[in-house]
Amino acid sequence: MSLDQALGLYNYWIVIFLMMTGFYIVISSQNLIKTIIGLNIFQTSVFLLYITMGKVAGGTAPIIQGGHGDHGHGHDQSHDANHSHHVVDHVDSGQLQTGSESFGEKANAELGMGHEHDHSATMQEVAAGQTAETGELIQEAGEVVGYADNDAAAVAGELLPTGPVETIEKIYSNPLPSVLMLTAIVVGIATTALALALIVRIREEYGTIEEDEILELDKAA
Amino acid sequence: MIQEQLPILLIILPLLAAPLLVLIGNRRLCYLVSLIVAWLVFLISNALLVGVIQTGPIRYEMGGWPSPYGIEYVVDYLSAFVMLFVSGLGAIVLTYAPASIQQEIPLSKHYLFFATFLLCMTGLLGMCITGDLFNVFVFLEISSLASYALISLGKTRRAPLAAVHYLILGTIGATFFLIGIGLLYQMTGTLNMADIAARLEPNIGNRTSLVAFAFMTVGLCIKMAVFPLHTWLPNAYTYAPSAVTSFIAATATKVSVYAFIRLVFRIFSPSFAFETLPLDQALMIFSLVGIFVASTAAVFQSNIKRLLAFSSVAQIGYMLLGISMANVNGLSAGIAHMFNHALIKGGLFMVVGCFALRLGSLKIEDMKGAGKTMPWTSFAWVVGGLGLIGVPLTAGFVSKWLLLTAAMDNNWFHVAVLMLLSSLLAVVYVWRVVETLYFEEPSAKARIAKEAPVSMLIPTYIVIGATLLFGCWTVYSAELARLAAESLLIAADSGVMTR
Repeated sequence: MSLDQALGLYNYWIVIFLMMTGFYIVISSQNLIKTIIGLNIFQTSVFLLYITMGKVAGGTAPIIQGGHGDHGHGHDQSHDANHSHHVVDHVDSGQLQTGSESFGEKANAELGMGHEHDHSATMQEVAAGQTAETGELIQEAGEVVGYADNDAAAVAGELLPTGPVETIEKIYSNPLPSVLMLTAIVVGIATTALALALIVRIREEYGTIEEDEILELDKAA
Repeated sequence: MIQEQLPILLIILPLLAAPLLVLIGNRRLCYLVSLIVAWLVFLISNALLVGVIQTGPIRYEMGGWPSPYGIEYVVDYLSAFVMLFVSGLGAIVLTYAPASIQQEIPLSKHYLFFATFLLCMTGLLGMCITGDLFNVFVFLEISSLASYALISLGKTRRAPLAAVHYLILGTIGATFFLIGIGLLYQMTGTLNMADIAARLEPNIGNRTSLVAFAFMTVGLCIKMAVFPLHTWLPNAYTYAPSAVTSFIAATATKVSVYAFIRLVFRIFSPSFAFETLPLDQALMIFSLVGIFVASTAAVFQSNIKRLLAFSSVAQIGYMLLGISMANVNGLSAGIAHMFNHALIKGGLFMVVGCFALRLGSLKIEDMKGAGKTMPWTSFAWVVGGLGLIGVPLTAGFVSKWLLLTAAMDNNWFHVAVLMLLSSLLAVVYVWRVVETLYFEEPSAKARIAKEAPVSMLIPTYIVIGATLLFGCWTVYSAELARLAAESLLIAADSGVMTR
């Protein structure tokens, strides 16, 4: 793994660091509140992991713009793509190839198929080559989108069936991991609230929240 | 019409009833509502099982969204079977609960107890029925959070501490499971279990799938209380209110075992888990060590609930042993033991609840001579204990026999011998209590004790009687387990999901 790749995956390094920090706090801490905080850090790292998965460099929020959208079409594509980060809205047949893969996504792909060395090596090259292009492509796509925004609404009704050879491509971030994490955050809050409530009761009964002191009190009793 | 909506009603009914109970707030009314809901849920799961037997697996698409996009509920032999005993024991324990919790939980908290109990049941049933992996996590957390709260209701000050310890380990387990789900999603781009399995198949065994499988297995092992990840269990079971222990001990760990079976046989494949990875040997070693360590620990306990809790850790070992054999006999033995042990352990904890009510103590020495003053309760212990040992004509015998034959089929003679030896340990700890009950001079507490109230004895005897019934008549236990095991293995063998 080259340095560029290692740095390119910086989100994952942060995730691992946070995860281990939280886990270490849970294991080592005698103070119940600190343990719960450790648990929170541990859970938060997983939220970050999911959100990282969904992020596509240069991608926008998945909102269909300009009212031309064939909604169902977009959904199908997102599912069929092996890594469903890439939602493409074609107004008509493509001139612009769906080439503007981002580096982050390639990294994801590589994570998924780590053992296929030869395959992933070529992908890395492609990816490295494309990082430079990505910016331009996105800009280009953005311009086309802008153009479409002005015109598509007007022409969509008449021109689409026979339509001009014109392609609109947008890159969307995958919204699903973020949505999943909303649920997980709620679960995390519930867990924390319950744990804190229990700790309040423990403190009422024992007068301390240090585990070793509680154990001694229990032994003495 | 209503027939089609049964899968969702099974979840929605208790889920909606729980907040309703909090709003009602009246103790008696709450009890009535929760009892009705629990028995309705039991009827629904019966109907679902009949439906599966008659017409094959039932699929329910949530909100009409077709399956890989929307959330799907799947009822097949295995899930219907597990849901049947989860809801059945839930309903019976709830029937049994009022007299027991009267003494153990402050009256003002009873409506909350009923609400939380239903939530716990919802979570466990949801884990069984859902076909969506993220849904499993959500339901796992619903049932876990409810069970932490239920455990903390115990009378002693150690109850909240036990609940916090369980919460910490349980949350780590659930979060591990979540990490695994994330990695699988990253590989396959889907959360539907059948869909994941189909997309996973070409590159099963690459590093991401290995890591995902490892995280999910360890996470579930914590929830199953597999030795050596069982440390939360003895305290949680000991200090929780008796009714709570009866329900959780009977169902919660089994549902995690169920989730594990699905993970190995339906999402990944047994050949991946047991041939590519040496999971069968690892499971076998952990199970056997766990069986011996936990059974030995049970022999030396002075608290009867703790004794049964350690025995539970040992019994989980038998289930995993069956699963690790990965053949029809072994798997059906594991599944049948889930059911039989749920009945036996649920019944025994209900017996203990009767003792706790009348003796006001859980110490075995306080139970001396209680056989004279509480004959019915003591006799129930004897019958349940025989089931735990695996004496013929009890349910425990059926599953242990299946397990033994499966071990013989695999030529695992050493495992068979060790299983028989470990049953001897069960004889020791069950007999120790029987001896205390019948052959000792009554203790001060036992002398003044009365027989447990009929409202507790009848549900206890229904469960204990069921262990005898399913010891002789195995159509709805071992036979169903075999059907479930066969369908799991056929699906796994053909490699492609049977849809």
